[in-house]
Amino acid sequence: MNELPQQLVNGLLLGSMYGLVAIGYTMVYGIVQLINFAHGEIFMTGAFGALSVYLWVLPNGTTMWIALPLMLIGAILVAVLVAIGAERFAYRPLRGAPRLAPLITAIGLSLALQQAVWAWYPEATSARTFPQIEGGPFHIGDVTIQTGDIFLLAAAPISMAVLAYFVMKTRTGRGMQATAQDPDTAKLMGVNTDRIIVIAFALGAVFAAIGGVAYGLKYGQIDYRMGFILGLKAFTAAVLGGIGNIYGAMIGGVVLGIAETLATAYIADIPGMDKFGSQSWADVWAFVLLILVLLFRPQGLLGERVADRA
Amino acid sequence: MRQRSLIAITAALSAGALTLTACGSRDSDDKGSDSGGTTVTIGIDAPLTGDLSALGLGIKNSVDLAAKTANKQKYVDGITFKVEALDDQAQPSSGQQNATKLVADKSVLGVVGPLNSSVAESMQKVFDDAKLVEVSPANTNPALTQGTDWATSKKRVYKSYFRTATTDAIQGPFAAQYLINDAKKKKVFVIDDKKTYGAGLAGTFTEEFKKLGGTVAGTEHINPDSKDFSAIATKVKTSGADVVYYGGEYPQAGPLSKQIKAAGAKIPVVGGDGIYSADFIKLAGATAAGDLATSVGAPVEQLPSAKEFVANYKTEGYKEAYEAYGGYSYDSAWAIIEAVKKVVDDNDGKLPDDARAKVTAAMQNVSFDGVTGKVSFDEFGDATNKQLTVYAVENGAWKPVKSGTYSG
Repeated sequence: MNELPQQLVNGLLLGSMYGLVAIGYTMVYGIVQLINFAHGEIFMTGAFGALSVYLWVLPNGTTMWIALPLMLIGAILVAVLVAIGAERFAYRPLRGAPRLAPLITAIGLSLALQQAVWAWYPEATSARTFPQIEGGPFHIGDVTIQTGDIFLLAAAPISMAVLAYFVMKTRTGRGMQATAQDPDTAKLMGVNTDRIIVIAFALGAVFAAIGGVAYGLKYGQIDYRMGFILGLKAFTAAVLGGIGNIYGAMIGGVVLGIAETLATAYIADIPGMDKFGSQSWADVWAFVLLILVLLFRPQGLLGERVADRA
Repeated sequence: MRQRSLIAITAALSAGALTLTACGSRDSDDKGSDSGGTTVTIGIDAPLTGDLSALGLGIKNSVDLAAKTANKQKYVDGITFKVEALDDQAQPSSGQQNATKLVADKSVLGVVGPLNSSVAESMQKVFDDAKLVEVSPANTNPALTQGTDWATSKKRVYKSYFRTATTDAIQGPFAAQYLINDAKKKKVFVIDDKKTYGAGLAGTFTEEFKKLGGTVAGTEHINPDSKDFSAIATKVKTSGADVVYYGGEYPQAGPLSKQIKAAGAKIPVVGGDGIYSADFIKLAGATAAGDLATSVGAPVEQLPSAKEFVANYKTEGYKEAYEAYGGYSYDSAWAIIEAVKKVVDDNDGKLPDDARAKVTAAMQNVSFDGVTGKVSFDEFGDATNKQLTVYAVENGAWKPVKSGTYSG
């Protein structure tokens, strides 16, 4: 059996998840030049929001075809609330402060959110099982796709299309573009920049929540620390794609996911490299790729060169 | 503006710090009675929170039960036992901190724990310097007792370290023998998590598997922080292996088993006592049926000596199950109690001034019928009881398949 198509699909799935979370990093950075390190935790709280809906709102044994949309709504509600709360109480008071201050706040917030879920969510001190979609798997030639992964395969491009339409075609979207280019001038032109910033945080949270549900469906379990590593990877994906560029976030995610998967699968086959091919080295290769891209294309794959980069 | 931002930072940081300290203060459990006389503390170090907390809480409760039983029976005249449980979150750095803390408490005369071999590595010297005896119910890495060159020349490094669990030098080969001789598997894919326990186990397994005529279709190392093993699962499938051996613990083994089956490889995943937990089945899902685990000793429920332990555990009403190491933890604690009794008896019913050193010395000759069978230690501090059992997942629970004693 030829393994390559399956590995590419594995990478695409992993990368789509990175991409969904990366959108949040990139949008917030594009508008307020803040790296929201608590974004991984927004992804995590979204997943827990979905689980809460399944456990406490829906009657036992609800079929996933009905449960899933409601869980998605629950995930989005929780994630957006957390994100807006973070913006209002942790970041807005620091707007205009030196860049380092909100960055430290973000790291503190990230820890606080993790510990809050750990302490207050029932039995969240270890992993909690996440409901699964029945049926499957599906076979296309040599490639096997799980039922849970179909959600991810559909959600990623649809989210991207909706986001692109929103940013390009709507009034608010154009307001966001204007604010990203020059917040002061945008304000003079009558754009309510405070509102735009909140919307950027909320939109990022929506995609993180969708990613959180996808994570639960894919791995069958969620835990309070799931956002940390994934958030770091998504941030890497955002930088790889060109931070500030929403298409770049998705492309960066997919490139990163595929690179990790192929590194795990094939580097060990290169003579003399058998020590460096295992999955425990996947992260290393991901960062090697990031460094290479930044060396030769500092603005990232799709980014534009900006003079005063953080 | 500047002041407001300062306030916000301080608030955020202190909120973070408060929640962090909150985790440390959950494990206080000082219900031990104080009916006069001397109080001896048995320290416990185990992961009470985090991924491995199911096993850790089982250890804590079982030691607590041993202390309560000794107090109830007035087993050692004039001595009341109490326990002090510290959480290591399966981190070597936390383990070492806890060890320092336990050493500083003069009433601690023995420590049960830790769960992880890598944590034990960080604690051994601290305890040995203080001559404080440590009995682990769960560490299986051979190097802990027999030195890093245990395969070629055995040498005991720390005289204060003992364990009631058997080692991976026995557990890995036992699994290999079962797979080749009983399950008729010939081609294995070996995966480990690179940690002391996992890599050690995978190593001893592979050696024996090859010796018995099996072939290794591939090897992989995983990152314990990761949950995405799809690339490895695909490799396992294409390798044509008829069994997977995993050296590591259940938080990774569960998802790994699930993803291997999802990739289309309908072959059993086999592991050591690190995956022998109900949580493995919970995480691996319905496709875990047929997965195997070896664990030290015979099933606690089947031993006559264990019936009383199981009954008492139920009576005490502990919230968490005693899990894989409950019986061994009880026996570890009881070994400390026996050693304390010997020291007290030799000193006219009182604790001597150098009680710690005396207890450590007495531990070497402890011998009693425990929950898991006969408990005594050889010249390296290893358990003399070398029994093991193979368990299989059946209808969503672990069922014993074969018990035996490893013969090299």
